[in-house]
Order: sequence, then C-alpha cells, then structure tokens
Amino acid sequence: MRRLLPHPILAGFLLILWLVLQQSAGLGHILFGGVIAIAVSMAASAIIPERVVIRRPLKFIQLILVAGLDIIRSNLAVMSVLFHPRPNPTAGFIEMDLTLKNPFALAILAVILTATPGSAWLEYDRARSTVLIHVFDLVDEDEWVATVKKRYEALLLEIFQ
Amino acid sequence: MIADLPLWLSILVSAFVVLGALLTMAGCFGLVRLKSFYLRIHGPTMGTSMGGGLILLASAIYFTVTRERLVVHELVIFLFVTLTTPVTLMLLARATLFRDRVEGNEGVPKRPEKAETPASP
Amino acid sequence: MSVTILEWSLFAAQIMLGLGMLATLYRMVVGPRAQDRILALDALYVVALLLLITLGIRTNSQVYFELAMLMGLLGFVGTVALAKFLMRGEVIE
Repeated sequence: MRRLLPHPILAGFLLILWLVLQQSAGLGHILFGGVIAIAVSMAASAIIPERVVIRRPLKFIQLILVAGLDIIRSNLAVMSVLFHPRPNPTAGFIEMDLTLKNPFALAILAVILTATPGSAWLEYDRARSTVLIHVFDLVDEDEWVATVKKRYEALLLEIFQ
Repeated sequence: MIADLPLWLSILVSAFVVLGALLTMAGCFGLVRLKSFYLRIHGPTMGTSMGGGLILLASAIYFTVTRERLVVHELVIFLFVTLTTPVTLMLLARATLFRDRVEGNEGVPKRPEKAETPASP
Repeated sequence: MSVTILEWSLFAAQIMLGLGMLATLYRMVVGPRAQDRILALDALYVVALLLLITLGIRTNSQVYFELAMLMGLLGFVGTVALAKFLMRGEVIE
C-alpha cells in the first residue's frame, strides 16, 4: 500500500482537481484521474522522500479559517492605508525565532504570511532557525511576533509535530 | 448577456465584482505610490488574495445559478494563484535582499553571521 | 432591471481593473530597478486574468476560463524564471 500510494494526500488532492476541471464525476473520469493521481504521487516520492503526516485534520480546517479571516482583515487595513492621500505606513523588518522545524509546516506558514497583504516572508535561516519578515504597518514588534506565534505556530506545531 | 436574472443574484455578483476590482486596483496603485521595493511587495498580494478571490467567487456563483449546475472550476484558478504568488514574491524578495547586500545599500538587514549558501527550503 | 445593474457594475469593475493595469504598466516602464519591473509584470498578469474573468461573466460564456488559467500558469513560470535570473544572472556566485 505504501509502495503504491506514497503520498495519499497529494493523490487525493490531484484526483479532486482533475474532477473539478473535467466538471463531471463520471466513472471514467474517476478511473482516469485516479491513475494520473497515483502515477504523479509515485513520481513525486522521488522529490519528497519523507512522508507527510497530518496528525490533526480538524485543526487544519481551523487553521484555514483563522488564516482566511486574517487575510480579509489585513486586506481592508492595507486598503485603508493605500487610499490615504499620503500613504505613510510605518514599515519594518522583523527577525523572529521559530520553534517550528518541519519543512511542510514552514512552507505553509510562509505561504500564509506572504498571502496576507500586511506581511511578507523574506528569508529563512535554517542554521539559526530564524526568519526575516517585512511588515507593512508595524505598531508593536513584540506584540506582532506574539500574535503569529500564538495564532499560527502553535496550531502548526500541533498539526505536524 | 442573458435576458433575465433574479435580482438577488445580480446584486450579489455586482457587489463581489466591484469590491474585488476595488481591492485589486488599490493594490496596483500601491505599486505606484509606495516608496521602496519592500513596501511595494505588499501591493500585488491584495489582488491575489481577496480581490481575485471575490471576483472568482462571483463568477462561480453566477455560472452556478445561470447554468443550473455546480460550477466550481474558478476555485482551481483561485487556489493556483493564491498558492503561487507567495512563492514568486519570496523569490523576488530574496533576490532583492541578495542584490542590496552585494551593492551595500542602506536600510537592509545584515546577512546573519553564520552564513550559509542560499539553499532553497 | 437586474441585468442593467449587473451590466453597469461589471463595466465599473472593468474600468477599475484597467486603471490597475495602467498603474502596473507605469511601474514596469519606470522601474527603477529590475525587481520592480518583474513585480509589476507579475501583478499585470494577475489583473489581466481577473479582467478575463469579468469578461466571461459579461458575455455569459465560459471560454475565457481556459484563457485565464493559461495566463495564471504562464505568469507563475515566467516570474519564477526571471527572479531566478536576478539571483544568478548578474552577480558572481
């Protein structure tokens, strides 16, 4: 089973993507999509040797909801700054320590932080496990770091480690 | 354009499309009005996160109602754009940091002492 | 009545997206540095994609969807290649 399906999450995701693009859930589409999904996930195991384990799938849904709300709020905040006659945000760089080590969790955190308009992930230093973040409207640095740690890092630690 | 639409549908789709376009436009104007590259990098993410999301959602709702079946393939574009833009922005930001440090520009954080080769994660 | 509302708001949205495209074009032409131009090009791709989606609602056809998806794919690959070039093309490693 493990030989045939090294990345079940990736394969399932690809199958759903195939069916959505075909806009039908007929038997033929499911079979063909399944073959493609299994083949691609076997090919991907050459690039991603380790198994991806999600320990708490329900927490993952919570993560998506929290990130979505944050993205909406940040969008409105940045828009209000940009429509100001003289946009003058107090931007700044933050160097932040992370206890997170799992590469997939780090990738998810990077995508969430960059997709939020108020912050951008610049550079991760693996040796010291710190990350350089640029924040659009920086009010209180310690508070910002504490918010990210509490809101995202704790959840990701629970999901992946 | 088809001849007749329910009123709620047209109002919902209109609101989503206009708000999404407004957010995207704000991001693009930010690209022009902000002063430094690191500030400008926050502009396009508005178009790809909520602006694009609202327009694509409006399209999905519109076609689902008018075609009378579930049309969700806009979701694929949304997922693709939202997940890939951070990747390109991170690459661009790292390239800029690299060049700024080589040129010795001011206002850029120093490279950490224990330097390692810029390996991709 | 309802069609008129939709028609006008789509028109307004397309005007706004067009203005956004002009803004990114300005940044792409003016620069000042290569990374600014690439960032503007990436934004231009995304706005053009969204413009195609609104065109699809306006003409009530799904042909534009495939175009929009192709645009998203090409924009991603192109921007990644250009960013890679910035890191390797000019500075000695």
